[in-house]
Amino acid sequence: MSDIPKADELFKSIDYNPPTTGWMETPVDFSPGRWCYPAKPEKMEYMESKLPGLWGPAREWLPSDEDWKLPSNWKEIVVNGFRERLKKFRTLQLFMDICVRCGACADKCHYFIGSGDPKNMPVLRAELMRSVYRGEFTVAGKILSKLTGSRVMEEDVLKEWFIYFYQCTQCRRCSLFCPYGIDTAEMTMMARELMHLVGLNTNWIMEPVSNCNITGNHLGIQPHAFKDIVDFMVDDIEEVTGRRVKAPLNEKGHEILFITPSGDVFADPGIYTFMGYLLLFDYLDLDYTLSTYASEGGNFGSFTNNETMKKLNAKMYAEAERLGCKWILGGECGHMWRVVHQYMDTMNAELQHSGMTTPRSPITGTVFDTSAATKMLHITEFTADLIKHGKLNLDPSRNDHLRVTFHDSCNPARGMGLLDEPRYVLKNVCNNYFEMPEGTTREQTFCCAGGSGLNTDEIMEIRLRGGLPRGNALRYVQEKHGVNTMACICAIDRATLIPLADYWAPGVGITGTHELVANALVLEEGEVRKMDMRQEYLPGFEDEEDDWTPPNMEDA
Amino acid sequence: MNALYSLLFVFLLVLIPLFGVDAAHMRTFFGVCIPTTAFIIFLLGFVYKVITWGRSAVPFRIPTTGGQFKSFDPKLFPQNKLDCPQTGAQTFFRMVLEVFAFRSLFRNTAVSLHQGKDHPVVAYKSSKWLWLFAITFHYSFFLIALRHLRLFLEPIPFFVNGLEFVDGLLQIGAPTLYLTNVGLVLGVLLLLGRRLTNPRINYISYASDYFPLFLLLAVALSGIYMRYYAKVDVIAIKELTMGLVTFNYVVPDAIGVSFFVHVFLVSCLMAYFPFSKLMHMPGVFLSPTRNLPNDTRAKHHVNPWNDPNIKPHAYADYEKQFGVPMAEAGLPLDNPENGVAPEEKA
Ligand code: SF4
Ligand code: SF4
Repeated sequence: MSDIPKADELFKSIDYNPPTTGWMETPVDFSPGRWCYPAKPEKMEYMESKLPGLWGPAREWLPSDEDWKLPSNWKEIVVNGFRERLKKFRTLQLFMDICVRCGACADKCHYFIGSGDPKNMPVLRAELMRSVYRGEFTVAGKILSKLTGSRVMEEDVLKEWFIYFYQCTQCRRCSLFCPYGIDTAEMTMMARELMHLVGLNTNWIMEPVSNCNITGNHLGIQPHAFKDIVDFMVDDIEEVTGRRVKAPLNEKGHEILFITPSGDVFADPGIYTFMGYLLLFDYLDLDYTLSTYASEGGNFGSFTNNETMKKLNAKMYAEAERLGCKWILGGECGHMWRVVHQYMDTMNAELQHSGMTTPRSPITGTVFDTSAATKMLHITEFTADLIKHGKLNLDPSRNDHLRVTFHDSCNPARGMGLLDEPRYVLKNVCNNYFEMPEGTTREQTFCCAGGSGLNTDEIMEIRLRGGLPRGNALRYVQEKHGVNTMACICAIDRATLIPLADYWAPGVGITGTHELVANALVLEEGEVRKMDMRQEYLPGFEDEEDDWTPPNMEDA
Repeated sequence: MNALYSLLFVFLLVLIPLFGVDAAHMRTFFGVCIPTTAFIIFLLGFVYKVITWGRSAVPFRIPTTGGQFKSFDPKLFPQNKLDCPQTGAQTFFRMVLEVFAFRSLFRNTAVSLHQGKDHPVVAYKSSKWLWLFAITFHYSFFLIALRHLRLFLEPIPFFVNGLEFVDGLLQIGAPTLYLTNVGLVLGVLLLLGRRLTNPRINYISYASDYFPLFLLLAVALSGIYMRYYAKVDVIAIKELTMGLVTFNYVVPDAIGVSFFVHVFLVSCLMAYFPFSKLMHMPGVFLSPTRNLPNDTRAKHHVNPWNDPNIKPHAYADYEKQFGVPMAEAGLPLDNPENGVAPEEKA
């Protein structure tokens, strides 16, 4: 990370004027730092053995090499795959035909805003595909190639795809502004499916995908290790609250199966959110279980192709059936919820066992018809309902040391329309809540620039550039309201927003929403909490460990 | 460069009827054959394209949402019914606003970078120019097209007369100046100007983006010329157009050459339409991100090519692989056999 420019320098380097050469003539920069590392061959071989025909040849290669070791018939594979998908997805067919290049989407992408690279304008990103569509599949494009912006599939084109379709976090912000709702995120998904067919991929996606398939979670944590970690968290919760919580794992016969992203099992600050869930469920005496087999909410398959997305997602229903759970409660996760909300029932409804029911809160009795088909409820819906019915005893002053803002994660915000529930929860568990400026929140929210498998350090500069819009909005509330904490409901956010905040708004910490719930939750009458979930002493209790009293407190 | 090519090409198109009409039998060619052929191309191409779209599947319902979805408690968390519709009716209204008011374009913003006091500032401000230009152009074009119905229908429907009256309300000059004529020319010029002067938009523009604009401009100007300067014989024209719709072709001598230029350009536009981005007109109705309700968690939808053979990694295999450490960690097993290490089994 040492060669990354300082924030001010980086900012000054942004130029929104396009180069003098036309976009088809402008060469692509393949220097290191511009791409994620390709997948290790063994990961590809493993996935090829599970879902044959989708992955291309397993091999060692680097994008900076001249020779990408593509299969000899790569062009045929890509063009045929393209043709096939035009029939399978009306969106693809339509979006290839109707873009008018009005440019309304151009400055909506965080990568363009932070880089000024015209190929990061969503319209041009999709043109990388559309130009090939016109050149290969339309009469007009074949005759009048240059004038209609057409070209045929060439190795250079494919290489350009690799760079720019892995510089899109599939956040869908552009789609909101397009007069026809052209969803460049979906185009990116298609382009990635095609690239996977000829073995162009990244390890940061393929390794989690294969891990999820084997162990159930993207980090490859084996079941006994998973249990160790959870036990560890149970100890920590006891340290903070004095209460030893239950953390049932793989147990049959419970009403609810709880699934959350495995990132929260592994890393700061996600573990505090996970501890928040455990504490809340114990407080409610909820009849639930966790699973090591279905221990991943996040669906890395959605970054490869829809077959893999389906395969990984299917575990949730399979596990609900095995354990006999009636419905599934889902934790704070972005792309998990995109997949659950938009794809799960369509892809895997036949795997729901007959005993599954529409989620009904056992505490309040509320029936959540909104998830009647998937049988899967979002944790902020569940908690908001508890708060509304007064089922939680909350002391928001325990979060008084935090001045909180909320980052709408792209997937719940634009993929579902889940905006107000997390805000309601936050406002009930903390006293100092502030919104970031209009145009950067809710459906217009800006991406953390690390979603869709781009959360890796080798492309840190790209991430920091893409993080400019979010970081700058954060900086604004930091200065104006003294905000020192940004809450979110996505595990990828909890990982990616940390370097982003350090760079653009140093001093702001990142937290999950249920970490703050756990801080505020009063377990029993008169409970005094001296530390927060991070085991940091709350104001007023800092000196607990030594018996020195400040002089001015002596007569108090 | 792309703009120049397009402009030159449109000039060429103007020249063709100018020279062509002089030869006597060419009048029938330009007055009847060309427009009829162009109309057939338009119709077939249009239908073909829409059928192509319709034949490709909508496997997943993934509408773009712009606001709060329908929550479990609509009072506490009111749904944004227009931008995050859940029912057919709500979706219908979303589409109506999209089609008639260009609603998504209305929320357009422009980004700008500033050097703040001690740190950079990224600012967003509302930017409605494109919306304004587009809506001026599209409504003018639409109303003009409606006005032209008077040439193809007998008796003339009341709304066409009413439209003409309102459109000509300003009563400038004789013949009356129509507002929509001004709107169309202005709209096209503004859209064109934006494409030429905004460096980013210029960068993404092909000849196929300029060509329709120049063509539309030529259509509008030729129409205006014909009406206000050449003052063509409208009665004779109606004779011709009614002949076209009743398949009873006549080409009256009284019609001046400017009419043929106008008709030829319109014919070019019609024939070009189905093969170009102008198909955004029917496309906007079919866009799945906008015309579907956001109800995928509440209702079952079918993906016609869903592959039921794709199954999750089986739990049984998982337990076989990790059974021993699972047993040691005290995790329950479906099959206790799996918890026994191979060496113990022997
Ligand atoms: S806003 Fe839509 S139509 Fe306009 S350039 Fe972008 S993708 Fe194309
Ligand atoms: S989906 Fe997001 S990252 Fe991708 S082009 Fe659109 S705005 Fe940019």
